[in-house]
Amino acid sequence: MVGGLFSSSPFFRAPLDRKLGRDLWRMKGQATAIGLVIALGVLVLVMMDGLVTSLDETKRAYYERYRLADIFAPVMRAPNSVLKDLSLVSGVAAVEGRLVGDALIAMPGLAVPVRAQVVSLPEFGSPRLNDIFLSQGRLINSSQEDEILVLEAFAVAHGLQPGDTLSATMSGARHTFKITGLAQSPEFLFLAPPGELMPDDARFAVIWMSEKALGAAFDLEGTFNEALFSLARNADVPAVLDRVDHLLDPYGGVGAYGVEDQLSNRFIQEEINGLKATRKSVPPLFLAVAAFLLNIVISRMISAEREQIGLLKAFGYSSREIGLHYIKFILVIAAGGALAGCLLGVMAGRSLVGIYQIYYKFPFLVFQVDSRAFLTGFVVSVLTASAGGVFVLREVFALTPAVAMRPPTPADYSRSVRLGAFLKAMLDQPSRMVVRRLIRQPLRSFFAIMGIAAGMALSVAMVGLMSGFDQTADLSFNVLDRSDVTVSLVEPFSNKTIYELGRMDGVIEVEPFRTVPVILRHGRYRHRGMINGLVAEPRLNRAMDADMTPLYIRDDGIILAKALAGILHIQAGDMLSVDVREGRRPLLTIPVVGIAQTLLGSPAYMELGALNRALKEPNRVSGAYLRIDSSKQEMIYQTLKDMPAVAGVSIKRDARVAFQKVLDTGAGAMRYVMAAIAGIITFGIVYNSARIAFAERARDLASLRVIGFTKGETAFVLLGELAVITLAALPIGSMLGYYLAVAVAEGFSTDLYQIPAAVTSKSYGMAALAVLGAAAFSGWLVKRDIDTIDMVSVLKTRE
Amino acid sequence: MLNLSATHSVPRSPTGKIAFRTSGVTKVYGSGASIVHALRGVDLVIPRGELVVLLGASGSGKSTLLNILGGLDQATEGVVWFFDDELTAMSERDLTRYRRHHVGFVFQFYNLMPSLTARENVELVTEIAEDPMDPDEALGLVGLGNRAHHFPAQLSGGEQQRVAIARAIAKKPTVLFCDEPTGALDSTTGRAVLRVLQDVNETLGTTVLIITHAAATAAMADRVIHFSDGRIREVVINTTKVSAEDIEW
Repeated sequence: MVGGLFSSSPFFRAPLDRKLGRDLWRMKGQATAIGLVIALGVLVLVMMDGLVTSLDETKRAYYERYRLADIFAPVMRAPNSVLKDLSLVSGVAAVEGRLVGDALIAMPGLAVPVRAQVVSLPEFGSPRLNDIFLSQGRLINSSQEDEILVLEAFAVAHGLQPGDTLSATMSGARHTFKITGLAQSPEFLFLAPPGELMPDDARFAVIWMSEKALGAAFDLEGTFNEALFSLARNADVPAVLDRVDHLLDPYGGVGAYGVEDQLSNRFIQEEINGLKATRKSVPPLFLAVAAFLLNIVISRMISAEREQIGLLKAFGYSSREIGLHYIKFILVIAAGGALAGCLLGVMAGRSLVGIYQIYYKFPFLVFQVDSRAFLTGFVVSVLTASAGGVFVLREVFALTPAVAMRPPTPADYSRSVRLGAFLKAMLDQPSRMVVRRLIRQPLRSFFAIMGIAAGMALSVAMVGLMSGFDQTADLSFNVLDRSDVTVSLVEPFSNKTIYELGRMDGVIEVEPFRTVPVILRHGRYRHRGMINGLVAEPRLNRAMDADMTPLYIRDDGIILAKALAGILHIQAGDMLSVDVREGRRPLLTIPVVGIAQTLLGSPAYMELGALNRALKEPNRVSGAYLRIDSSKQEMIYQTLKDMPAVAGVSIKRDARVAFQKVLDTGAGAMRYVMAAIAGIITFGIVYNSARIAFAERARDLASLRVIGFTKGETAFVLLGELAVITLAALPIGSMLGYYLAVAVAEGFSTDLYQIPAAVTSKSYGMAALAVLGAAAFSGWLVKRDIDTIDMVSVLKTRE
Repeated sequence: MLNLSATHSVPRSPTGKIAFRTSGVTKVYGSGASIVHALRGVDLVIPRGELVVLLGASGSGKSTLLNILGGLDQATEGVVWFFDDELTAMSERDLTRYRRHHVGFVFQFYNLMPSLTARENVELVTEIAEDPMDPDEALGLVGLGNRAHHFPAQLSGGEQQRVAIARAIAKKPTVLFCDEPTGALDSTTGRAVLRVLQDVNETLGTTVLIITHAAATAAMADRVIHFSDGRIREVVINTTKVSAEDIEW
């Protein structure tokens, strides 16, 4: 007979399982909507978690396999014999000395030469540290001084192949090289042109060549100008840094730094940290909203089954058997949603990881998800979904079957009786029904409003974040930087160079600047960075505080960004130790005269003249910002190219294009995914609210139709309620959205760049439109059901 | 006889001549101003194998008594015996087992699961009962052998009620409770349904309790209990039982 193998187990009851299947089918729309919300919550979780794991793991494996150094120590020039002393420093496992230098590469099609970093490869074998990954061609033959390897990304951007030639200017002399292969390296995972935040493969290059050739080009034979260290497991990093600095000081040591300060590593680490922060805030939020919604939906669904539960109890089904039946119902939806979420999450992660590879140059990057993310997704979905059901089941089980089988006592609307006179005077009958119902069950109305508000908050925050990125671009390129061209000099030169630049035909305005590499110290706190020397009232490249007010650069001390002051634990009025890492490398003590909440980065500002006075190097500049007449730009670029003092020229337009490209792909693409998900969740919530309201009131609505209400009037009673709830949710959703945007923006921001929470009226407007659109569409779907409601069948089975 | 300390359950085949015995049963709903005395002290004996009709106006307490006898509701005061076992002393779990093995219910509004076919609605009960009938046999008994795979929405009211009866008798219950089984049916269909109940009583020996306010139904009963205002007003032993078909409607 029925039951068979499992008939003894209360988990399998054939007729109940068939009921389960048919109930799921009957409620497929709603079940899908709930499953979708769960799926999206899990999608975000799996995707974010996978991205973090993939980047983190790949980075670790890449660093390990290609032996990225733990410490980098740049120096002016030190004889190779010093390497022996360095290797004896306690905690050091291996040392490698190498030569690095700058070069300019003239590329056809580019107005200004591309800046390149030149790195030496040892005469024999592969580098002990900072090895390279040869992706194409062959390694150089160290006896052939004109052979080079080129960074793959740059080669691809310009269509260079092994066998091609490349001409580069080093130390003022022009060389022609033969490319034998293309390479990648863990130290150049992320490459942005100097002074820019976004990568541009075409405008920055790395060249590897033999140590002998590089030594000859820069007149550095028999020396090294960068020492690389790997450390023993328990090395005391600050002690090693101090000792290395001490040993290299006589040779012009610029200050050793750990891999965490290495630019490429810092960028990728910031990206990972940003993702981690987002992973902590966004997926739980999506899941929480999904859970909240599920709770409402499932508890109401089970309330609606109250009579069937009573009947099953009357037949002698135990509470456990009935409970299991409903838990299975929830499990199917929750597990189905979670499964779909895992699959979609992996798909979304796979496509996003491809985008990451556009600007983090990993030789391999496989999307991988920690199985714990799947597990978390499943457990959280199933638990939250079940919690909603169990709560109501307990209530139903507390009733005796006789009571459960009776329809619940008609809701007591007497509480709204005092409103009666007012309602009667102001509203017609259907409107009164809407108002009474909202008032009668304030908690239910409240939850419905909060559910929709939560969905809207997600939309507000995501749209806000999208405009946050755009605002950052606008800020960097229009508000702060109003120059057209930035010229940097080979080394700090006399400001006569500035006059020369200003005299060029087509140059409208010139603004000098000086940047000085320093180590800032306050007590035991230390920060390696730059001091930006600016004119007192910069016009072309402005410093601004968070209120968008230009900063006045005082000449009696240093102004620190708030984030930097935080790192150094310093306040205005305190004295800051400045360890200058160029020229004569003096040790200065400078008063902090201001702390500014800056918009971008964590800069330290000094007035140019005051900075030069402190360094005892009057009238020196490291470069200038130019505003130029665009009709004369070609001529200006040509002149700059021929100036030996010019180390590089960057054109703002190019930087802007690069920035926009990143926004449209990588992290930028994520915001579109999130916004789409937020939109779908909002719809899921609104649609479910409408569906449930309809299910709960089908009988009342049928009665109205029987009494003689028109379809429109009947629909109004239900949709009026939906409209009131939706409208009430809008201001609450806006408010929640604002705080959410602020929280998420903080997660995305790093100390390299900050993303403001740009919650504008546009964000609110778009989110409100999404909610209203979802409400209208849901209303339309429900209206169709109201129109076709079967009056007879609904009424004939019950009193 | 009664062991309160251990899990208590009624034996599968109770012996004895008295199916139900109650003493001083009251039932009070609500409290304060909205207090309702549904039963005000009911003493009653129902012998095994009888067809009993409970008559009374709406709100007279007959449904409340039926719910208590059926283990669907708890008495406020008083004692109810089912053969040798005291229902009023049973735990929730024991009452569940009591309903599962001994009780069949037929309700006025059929209470079929809309998402299950006629046969599946019967299986709902045979699945959990000990030694039940074959679902098709039960449907055959109520004359619906050929409608087994129809959903409730595809059946007429009388057919739905007969499915409900098939469902109730499929477990071969000791007692069958019917609350207004013909209340929603026309006279022809109503008689057919009563005929089925009479058959069950006569052929299976099931004790049948029928609630109705159609006084004519009393003609087919062994015993007629008149209710009013939460009390038994009169118990009439009917010695001239008629067949269901001959009941005046």
